[in-house]
Amino acid sequence: MSTTVKTLAVAGAVAAALSAHATTATAAEKEKCYGVSLAGQNDCAAGPGTTCAGTSTVDYQGNAWKLVDAGTCVDMELPALADGTPRVGSLEVLERDLPAS
Amino acid sequence: MSVTQSDFRGAIMDGGKDRPEGLSDAKGHPAGRRFDVYRNNVAVSLTDALATGFPTIAKLIGTENFNAIAGVFLRQSPPSSPMMMHYGEGFPEFLEGFEPLAHLGYLADVARLELAMRRAYHAADAEPINPDALSALPPERLTELVMTFAPAVSLLRSPWPIHAIWAFNMQDGPKPQGISQDVIILRPGFDPEPHALNAGAYEFITALMAGGTLGAAAAVATDDAPNFDLSATLGLLLTGNALNSIDLPS
Repeated sequence: MSTTVKTLAVAGAVAAALSAHATTATAAEKEKCYGVSLAGQNDCAAGPGTTCAGTSTVDYQGNAWKLVDAGTCVDMELPALADGTPRVGSLEVLERDLPAS
Repeated sequence: MSVTQSDFRGAIMDGGKDRPEGLSDAKGHPAGRRFDVYRNNVAVSLTDALATGFPTIAKLIGTENFNAIAGVFLRQSPPSSPMMMHYGEGFPEFLEGFEPLAHLGYLADVARLELAMRRAYHAADAEPINPDALSALPPERLTELVMTFAPAVSLLRSPWPIHAIWAFNMQDGPKPQGISQDVIILRPGFDPEPHALNAGAYEFITALMAGGTLGAAAAVATDDAPNFDLSATLGLLLTGNALNSIDLPS
């Protein structure tokens, strides 16, 4: 059984989206501001090769190393997927975290 | 003269290999140590390129681990193009198959998000539609509407909370919850922005991108998620300047 989306519902949603957009568009006028980036936030959206960074460091090529808990992984507790398959029932959980609309 | 390009390249990409024999500098002296400097710089600059391109991954596993892993990756996947802005396209798949990191299943999908943001940054410009054009259309025919998307827009689907992991690391976002997340990359101005999608929105936008009508796409989304919020999703596409053209086929 497929859901028929009513013309009226679509028209209403489009109208709502447009009026919401009109409100946010004025509020979202932005200007480029330099020198105020949060520490640790990557603003180099262009990626590598777009600046000329020095290469005076040394490559510590190791053939063996130990993966230590050095990053932020340890701050997060995420349930592991058993075998790489998508988590069952995740959509139900997902709905709980949606912003109120 | 006795060094072939493939010898040279092979030795550059394998620190365990001896320097190629027969290299000399401009004065005819042996240039073995110069080769070492060059070999080092190749590895260091490619490691830096990967760290620049995948800052969230670097933060997740720490600089030391990242550099070690980058060292493995760059030697098995050296750049295929001189344009470094695209380097690392195979990094997510590499992470996926990298056994020592298998316990961090989300790394590959987080890397895909970072790669998608980089692609969005370099994608062609597109003139967004004027929302007024949408309100000028006859409301009773809106279900027949088709639309095209800006080249910078892309979708990601993950069983992991990839947007939350990105925001936690890059934007001081809250601690991620164990949920699956669909993400859209938008580029409203010059900089790409990842947005987590509400239920049904991934199906909705996928259907629109495939050329489906607004009515059909909304039906697909509502079938998937009865609480699909059409208005909020359209609002996101409009604010994100995601739409390139709208058309009512006659």
